Amino acid sequence: MNFNRRLFLGTGVAAATTLAAPNVFAAGHGKPRVVVVGGGAGGATAARYIAKDSKGAIDVTLIEPSRMYYTCFFSNLYLGGIKTIDDLGHSYGTMAAGGVNVVHDWAVDVDRDAKTVSLAGGGSVPYDKLILSPGIDFVDGAVEGWDLSSQNAMPHAYKGGSQTELLKSQIAAMPQGGTFAMVAPPNPYRCPPGPYERVSMVAHYLKANNPTAKIIVADPKPKFSKQGLFQEGWANHYDGMIDWIGDDFGGGNVSVDPDAMTVTIDGEVTKVDVCNVIPAMKAGRIAELAGVTDGNWAPVNAADMSTKADADVYVLGDASQQGDMPKSGFSANSQAKVCANAVRGALTGSKVFPAKFSNTCWSLIDTNDGVKVGATYEATDEKISKVDGFISQTGETAEMRKATYEESEGWYAGITADMFG
Amino acid sequence: MRSHFQLVLTLVASLAASAGWSETLGDPVKGAKVFKKCQSCHQVGEGAKNRVGPHLNGIFGSKAGSDPTAKYSKGLIRAGDDGLVWTHETLDAFIENPKALVSKTRMSFRGIKGADDRLDLLAYLRGFSDEPSNIPEAEPTAQGNYHNLDPAILAIVGDSEYGEYLASECMTCHQTSGANDGIPGINGWPTEDFVVAMHAYKQKLRPHPVMQMMAGRLSDEEIAALAAYFKDLE
Ligand SMILES: Cc1cc2nc3c(=O)[nH]c(=O)nc-3n(C[C@H](O)[C@H](O)[C@H](O)COP(=O)(O)OP(=O)(O)OC[C@H]3O[C@@H](n4cnc5c(N)ncnc54)[C@H](O)[C@@H]3O)c2cc1C
Ligand code: HEC
Ligand code: HEC
Repeated sequence: MNFNRRLFLGTGVAAATTLAAPNVFAAGHGKPRVVVVGGGAGGATAARYIAKDSKGAIDVTLIEPSRMYYTCFFSNLYLGGIKTIDDLGHSYGTMAAGGVNVVHDWAVDVDRDAKTVSLAGGGSVPYDKLILSPGIDFVDGAVEGWDLSSQNAMPHAYKGGSQTELLKSQIAAMPQGGTFAMVAPPNPYRCPPGPYERVSMVAHYLKANNPTAKIIVADPKPKFSKQGLFQEGWANHYDGMIDWIGDDFGGGNVSVDPDAMTVTIDGEVTKVDVCNVIPAMKAGRIAELAGVTDGNWAPVNAADMSTKADADVYVLGDASQQGDMPKSGFSANSQAKVCANAVRGALTGSKVFPAKFSNTCWSLIDTNDGVKVGATYEATDEKISKVDGFISQTGETAEMRKATYEESEGWYAGITADMFG
Repeated sequence: MRSHFQLVLTLVASLAASAGWSETLGDPVKGAKVFKKCQSCHQVGEGAKNRVGPHLNGIFGSKAGSDPTAKYSKGLIRAGDDGLVWTHETLDAFIENPKALVSKTRMSFRGIKGADDRLDLLAYLRGFSDEPSNIPEAEPTAQGNYHNLDPAILAIVGDSEYGEYLASECMTCHQTSGANDGIPGINGWPTEDFVVAMHAYKQKLRPHPVMQMMAGRLSDEEIAALAAYFKDLE
């Protein structure tokens, strides 16, 4: 293990920049090098597992601009007042102890011929295997009237941290009897039940603090995940508060005006107090810059998450186009372990085991009213395919729903420990 | 729902899994040709409408006889009310022999006898139903590698290196530290108890959908490998 480098890296931005100079990394290097871009659910897990399991035989560098990772998972519970922002934040400070060199910088380009990643702070980092897990970016022009410059007036809150806090403060500032609008995204997007859990948690907050407020959801889809469970829950807990307008009723024909704070749904203009615009999504930009995307996403091989474009570049999580797995933190974490096993095998000759994947998405509808949907997946020669699954049922007992919620808390503790050590 | 144990068994056998890979349901390109047999009565794809029979978009995962704009026989509607949901298994049975699955169905079609043709046809139709990537609860698109129960299961000596790899999937919920926050810790269990517990989930004797699913696709060797690994965790 390269102890000096880790010590060096702990000391901040200036150090990261110095280190990024190619000669520092290239000097007398015998060990295989893995570079991971993005320290989220996919990237942090992959970096930690490769470092842990190779026991120092592989040099692992994680490139991630933030010092703290704020999870999107459970961020809806923060909007609902059930979790605090501090509950969602996780420091990268623990990664070094796990043998991962963390460079706090943005990756701005990838040269696949030279096998280097260049950094915003200057310099570049060489790799033998590159793992990209940059999450999502938004498709330009996806919602008429909205672009990234409108994200303060109309937040997406679909990346963790400050956007989530902004949305929460806007909801708290709504006048009594005001209107919260959501523009839901088209498929595919990160966390299929996410927007609907958010609607539930906003309703939970409003019911206690602003009971005459209204929620409108304009949705370009005719149908969404766990729809029966959510709609049952909305009727039970928030009767009359939520108006979901699906594609059949013009929910896909939407434009917004961030200056006037209006939303136009199928020709009808509504003045709103908060507008949460969740636009169509695509792979985080670095995947596109690396030239491994085809359309909005990066196609990968199911057996090891290597890209179709380049056997030495892997894409995990939301940015990948892998088949049947929903874009979730659980999925990204699951894919990371399969990828870590394969990358380690390729670089050190360790045993490579067959790919197995799984996912479970929990959603909270109201206090202690948790539901879940999950599935297992395996690699087929064309994609990751679903082989089995389950979903919570409508009409379950309160005890079962409470146990489901408690399970989700256990999962949160488990996955964050799995990511950060 | 009716049991089609026999049919399911044939299906699994015909899928004889190649090493390490699961099989997708069939070949959709060949399936498009088989669909010609249905085309006189059914449409599928963009703009499909109800004809003699209902359109078949979104058929996987739907309750039988549940399109409000279609005309159905009493038998099909009753089957739906009794819990008939169109899954790979039920559709396969229906297409093999419609009358054997739905009493007095209006679908006057004698059925497709060739299992491979049905597999391909279903792979083709599957493409017009929900994708699990968007609707995670949507119907599967592949058959898992199922394994037969071995009487000597408890005697299997697990490979703990393989166990460690398999266990990485469990750690998403069961913490390495053995903590019990909403999900029980599973470190340091005697091998035999662990194996018995996992098989109880696998055989659905022990309820809990998450663990039934997790255990359901593990082979006996894999369960033994996990037991060998977890036994020594503090
Ligand atoms: C409201 C909401 C609720 C959710 N709830 C759940 C849930 O309950 N369960 C669940 O499993 N999932 C949930 N998700 C989904 C989950 O958050 C994502 O699917 C998951 O984070 C994807 O992991 P990832 O590694 O692909 O990307 P991310 O976790 O987003 O990580 C990407 C990282 O890459 C970094 N990065 C990006 N570009 C660069 C670059 N050029 N250079 C360096 N670093 C870069 C970013 O800073 C970020 O840290 C939810 C999402 C939302 C929005
Ligand atoms: C001769 C016309 C005809 C042919 C050929 C035919 N069907 Fe049908 N199908 C029907 C009719 C009519 C119904 C409604 C049955 C009822 O109400 O009992 C039906 C019902 C169905 C249903 C149930 C739909 C629902 O909404 O529950 C499925 C699935 C189906 N057919 C699939 C097929 C497939 C696949 C083929 C080709 C292998 C096929 N059918 C061939 C006429 C036909
Ligand atoms: C998605 C979350 C999740 C995953 C992943 C998961 N489990 Fe579990 N597990 C649970 C929950 C929840 C329970 C409690 C179930 C119950 O009450 O029966 C449990 C219970 C168990 C038990 C019984 C514990 C006891 O105290 O009786 C064992 C053994 C077990 N799991 C093993 C595993 C193994 C091995 C894996 C990996 C192959 C795994 N689990 C993966 C959630 C999970």
